[in-house]
Amino acid sequence: MSLTKRHKKGVELIEINGNLCKGCDICIEFCPTDVFRKSDRLNRKGYYLPVVAKVEECTGCRLCELLCPELAIVITDERKPGNVKVNTTHGD
Amino acid sequence: MVINESRRQYLDRLGGKTYFILGDEACAYGAIYAGCGFFAGYPITPTSEVAELMAMELPKAGGVCIQMEDELASMAAIIGASWTGARTMTATSGPGFSLIQENIGYAVMTETPCVIVNVQRSGPSTGQATKPAQGDVMQARWGTHGDHDIIALSPNSAQECFDLMLDCFDLADVYRTPVIMLMDGEVGHLRESITMPEASSIKHTSRKKARPGEDVFGGQELVPGMIHYGEGWNVHVTGSTHLPNGMRDVSTPRVHDDLIRRIYRKIDENREKIVRIETDIDDNGRARVGVISYGATARPAYGAVRLARAQSKNVDFLRLITIWPFARKQVAQFAEDLDIILVPEMNLGQMSREIERFVDCEVVSVSKIGGVSHSVDEIHKAIMEAI
Amino acid sequence: MPEPRHRLMDYVREEIMPHRFCAGCGCGTILNVFTNAVANIGLEPTRMVCVSGIGCSSWIPSPYFKADTLHTTHGRPIAFATGVKIMRPDLTVVVIAGDGDVAGIGGNHLIHAARRNIDLSVFMVNNMIYGMTGGQVAPTTPEGVKTATTPHRNVEPPFRVADLVVAAGASYVARWTTYHVFQLMKSMQHAMTKKGFSFIEIVSQCPEYYGRRIGLRTGVDLLKRFKQQSVRVVKAQGMTEQELQDKIIVGKLCDLDRPEFVTQLHELTNEQVELLRKETTN
Repeated sequence: MSLTKRHKKGVELIEINGNLCKGCDICIEFCPTDVFRKSDRLNRKGYYLPVVAKVEECTGCRLCELLCPELAIVITDERKPGNVKVNTTHGD
Repeated sequence: MVINESRRQYLDRLGGKTYFILGDEACAYGAIYAGCGFFAGYPITPTSEVAELMAMELPKAGGVCIQMEDELASMAAIIGASWTGARTMTATSGPGFSLIQENIGYAVMTETPCVIVNVQRSGPSTGQATKPAQGDVMQARWGTHGDHDIIALSPNSAQECFDLMLDCFDLADVYRTPVIMLMDGEVGHLRESITMPEASSIKHTSRKKARPGEDVFGGQELVPGMIHYGEGWNVHVTGSTHLPNGMRDVSTPRVHDDLIRRIYRKIDENREKIVRIETDIDDNGRARVGVISYGATARPAYGAVRLARAQSKNVDFLRLITIWPFARKQVAQFAEDLDIILVPEMNLGQMSREIERFVDCEVVSVSKIGGVSHSVDEIHKAIMEAI
Repeated sequence: MPEPRHRLMDYVREEIMPHRFCAGCGCGTILNVFTNAVANIGLEPTRMVCVSGIGCSSWIPSPYFKADTLHTTHGRPIAFATGVKIMRPDLTVVVIAGDGDVAGIGGNHLIHAARRNIDLSVFMVNNMIYGMTGGQVAPTTPEGVKTATTPHRNVEPPFRVADLVVAAGASYVARWTTYHVFQLMKSMQHAMTKKGFSFIEIVSQCPEYYGRRIGLRTGVDLLKRFKQQSVRVVKAQGMTEQELQDKIIVGKLCDLDRPEFVTQLHELTNEQVELLRKETTN
């Protein structure tokens, strides 16, 4: 599933580390703009991961990244590079 | 261990002179000589004088002193401070000694060098707060839960209160273990002449430092090297069962077995290097009665032995200086030709039970509790009866 | 294909991730926020010592956060941390432990450290239960709750721990929940850079052993409840005791400048050494 979509504010990459995510749904529930939805497919660990449903709605607030108990969400925002690493993979 | 300038400056004023001070005070001076950098304590009779002297003198010697909110916080603080590289100690008596057992076990498990002074008083519980006893002998050995070994020393004079502190700190560093200075109220509150040596004549043994990457809680050696906080090695110290690198592993039986046995062996296999005793064996080898004693009781005990010898009786004498690990080889050897061993002690026979395990002859406990130490006559009477 | 790696993974003992906290556990969020806070103030973990007690939240530093770590006996991390800080005042010493640990068994050490105003940062993770041992009542459990040791109902009122610490004399005290992640992060940053005793009570979700008992079985449910229950300090000042009954008052409770203990202790030593030097040279 592609997560890279050219956003009107800048390229944003929202990735979920499938090795770390425990399917707690906090990101899905608390995203202010409902970017995520729950996958209907079990991953290899037996969790239903969040998937990015509406990347264009992402404002780059990083609430999900900070809330995530697993440090499984990685946000890449070219507007605020910092010490961000660029990845193009998605845990499945 | 480096004696820094403030310490040297302080010790130079003391060295080479004789003083008339309490055993408690001598103990504190001994700690300062040994390079103690941090003291945490709590007031308790008959040990408060140790804390008071440390509070007065240790800052002058460049160290730091604090009275914590309770004994177990004191024990906790000295363990934390030890991991920064300092030589640390606390001092307490029976009730406080009971309180700090959990943290003593923590020091054993994490192999943290530190010194605990227990000036024994009459117990159990509040007991006779101001009276001496030797009732914590077994507690020093087994007070904290779980399998472990421990080092404990017992002085019998104010001079030894000073001298043995130097040994305590060295032993703690060499074997990476808490060491208990098992004084008794009698010696602690005894004012006697002591001589403090020149600081330059003292030889200290430092703790072994681990090289970067080496395991701090295991590896090839019985005593692993230590890494201190702030050196950039992200050392992980935990009281949980852990791997040689310090990381917790409570599920693998082998890990626990290896760790606990190694900690045990540290002291057990170095028994001969650690154990210290003093003997006075009858020259002609005809003695059939022996006296084993320790701490303050050893003085009237020895007096009684000499009195008996003055009456042409043959008696052997052994004084335990290290209480733990137990001097089993030396005691067994001492007992070889004897029929009876008398053990005067200010408790209901704690050490005599230990002695019994290693000798074939009869062991008679000469107990005295009630807060008054044995008199020479009392022990002498027991010797004469035995003969 | 490699999984995406969080930019702050260097601060974590990565080889043991994913951590053992339950799905949706607040401890994970706190690890996340703490790591961000440390990175944001440019604090090198090699200049830190993290001390913890016994309980789930004590696992945040031990073993997950990568720094010098001291995992101590139950209730005593503050006492251990005192020894560390006194001898290495140049290091940033942080205590992370639970409510049962810090305010229950360790309550005495907490109030004395606050009274002394030792330069420590204590982050107390308050999940209102003894989680690790299976959900027994804690000094912070609300009245009426059925826990493993109050199976009929809890008849004790809970502590407001942060308020206690303010009264004891701390320099900086705040309370947040694991919902207020940005505020919590900034609060932690302030706590770690400010000299003096800093205390943050972090109300955190324990879905398995607390949430389950009050009918909020997931991290999501508990966080929603926290969000709903939270009242900012300023707003709370205008509310009655009754209105505040089930509320969590969040925000900064005090932020003062007071003389710091370890500094004074060392000043004393330096003073005495200097006095002796003068005496000796005269």
